[in-house]
Amino acid sequence: MSPEVALPILIPLMAGALSMAFWRSRLMQRLIGVAGTAALLGTSIWLFVSVQAQGYVIMNAGGWAAPFGITLVADLLSAIMVVLTGIIGFAVAVYSLPTIGRGHETFGYYPLMHLLLAGVAGAFLTGDIFNLYVWFEVMLLASFALLILGGERAQMEGAIKYVTLNLLSSVIFLSAVGLLYGTLGTLNMADIARRVALVEDKTLIDVLAVMFMISFGIKAAAFPLFFWLPAAYHTPPVAVSALFAGLLTKVGVYALFRVFTLIFNQSVDYTHDILLWVAGLTMLTGVLGAAAQFEFRRILSFHIVSQIGYMLMGLALFTPLALVGGVFYILHHIIVKTNLFLISGVVYRLKGTHDLKRLGGVYKAWPLLGVLFLIPALSLAGVPPLSGFFAKFVLIRASIEAGHITITVVALLVGLLTLYSMTKIWAEVFWKASPENKGAALRGTPLSQRHLWLMLLPIVGLAGCTVFIGLNGQLLYDVAEASAAQLLDPQGYIDAVLGEQP
Amino acid sequence: MEPIMAVVIGVIYAAAIYMMLRRSIVKLVIGLILISNAANLLIFATAGMTRDAPPLIPMNGDPLGDVIADPLPQALVLTAIVIAFGVLSFAVVLIRRACQIVGVDDLDQMKENDT
Repeated sequence: MSPEVALPILIPLMAGALSMAFWRSRLMQRLIGVAGTAALLGTSIWLFVSVQAQGYVIMNAGGWAAPFGITLVADLLSAIMVVLTGIIGFAVAVYSLPTIGRGHETFGYYPLMHLLLAGVAGAFLTGDIFNLYVWFEVMLLASFALLILGGERAQMEGAIKYVTLNLLSSVIFLSAVGLLYGTLGTLNMADIARRVALVEDKTLIDVLAVMFMISFGIKAAAFPLFFWLPAAYHTPPVAVSALFAGLLTKVGVYALFRVFTLIFNQSVDYTHDILLWVAGLTMLTGVLGAAAQFEFRRILSFHIVSQIGYMLMGLALFTPLALVGGVFYILHHIIVKTNLFLISGVVYRLKGTHDLKRLGGVYKAWPLLGVLFLIPALSLAGVPPLSGFFAKFVLIRASIEAGHITITVVALLVGLLTLYSMTKIWAEVFWKASPENKGAALRGTPLSQRHLWLMLLPIVGLAGCTVFIGLNGQLLYDVAEASAAQLLDPQGYIDAVLGEQP
Repeated sequence: MEPIMAVVIGVIYAAAIYMMLRRSIVKLVIGLILISNAANLLIFATAGMTRDAPPLIPMNGDPLGDVIADPLPQALVLTAIVIAFGVLSFAVVLIRRACQIVGVDDLDQMKENDT
């Protein structure tokens, strides 16, 4: 038995149920919110340590042997993702205390947040493809409810697009799982990987691969079906946006990494070539969309799309170094992107708007906030010595080594345009003088010193993580390298789950 | 049986996608309901349909020789139905609220978030 594999799923589920039990007590829900996510972070670190020691940590639910029951599998990639889930969950829970209003809290913000974290952790840890579908749905249902909490017009409009596209993607995923079961007669991912190699009709497998690619591509907000993301992510409260920005699309990316290294590694020329095109176009459209925007959170939302492209590029190149870059990029991106959203929330509370044209003078009034913004912003653009530099450097070097010059040029160009976007936010929000004529009317809601520090605490923590990754690049690179080595060795995964085959 | 099912499933998928491409959000939800049912039927059909045989091995029966239905697709479909029910009831409430707030049943009027 290895309880640490199940605990990252069970703790948020239990915490969610407990907060439901204390439906009327906001204080208890807040306490459980922080304590539950702290416990999640703790167990995720336990899981990471034990995965590092053992390679794979496996638990067969209910004691059913591997291909028959549902298996929970943690390899290094899963463990990294779960640790990041813990970090983001904890940071957002602390940030929620001063920012989530009474109305949201009484309508079940905290239970939904726990449910979302449970779904995300479950998706990272399951070794069963149908179970993956179930966790996706758990996560989606919680995210739907979080997205419309508050019930403003923009939220409804965003939610309709978000719900429709994500349901469509789930249906494609479910159809693909059904067809896969019809072809191979198994749902355990390790068993699927073993049997896929024995199928003679490769075209059927390719069709299935593309169905999975479309489905996970929608969830990861990859080109061309990304438009639900910028339509929805700027509408809910900032804490919710930050949670979504950090975790939701990355579950889609994780699923792509898992499925296209473990199962569909037969016709790499075909599937991974499509992925490479998708990656390049995702980067470009995302960053160009951001360049056209003048709303703080919309710019950041479009940047999520463009950064997804980098992660997919790592997968699509499918060389050891590229996968290292992809994993490193996910690791860096989740922290940085969540942090940027949290900062946009602080600016909103101080100035009362998200519109860049009406903002200004933040640096003069709150210089610390300016510095805290610069750390993740420059990291996102890939300025050394912050974490984004190493992530981009590894990916670009991998693409040059693989001989894909076009994608190298695109990646460099997108990096430059990201810097442009970040400079735009810096100049408009922090640097330029506050627009005087309308400035008098614009005032954020009054903010006590204690609340301000509670909002800044997670931001400082995440900025610290970014700097730490930047200064200890080698440490994280080694972890990413070990995880990429595991991804490129599907046989190791199969043997670990099913036991050594004769 | 399977060819008929294949045609039926194909028609439901087509109908669902047609409905989802309409401008009315009520029709959009009808399309979502249809497409999730089509996916359930698809799982059922691809896993091999066995008529008149419950997924149980009879007492003193031969586990390998007797014809028994595969229980797994049934479990999958059951799970998928429950999930689809939950999600679709959310979607119905969502469109009701959206209709109340926006005041029209027309996706073309819901472009405030687009740029």
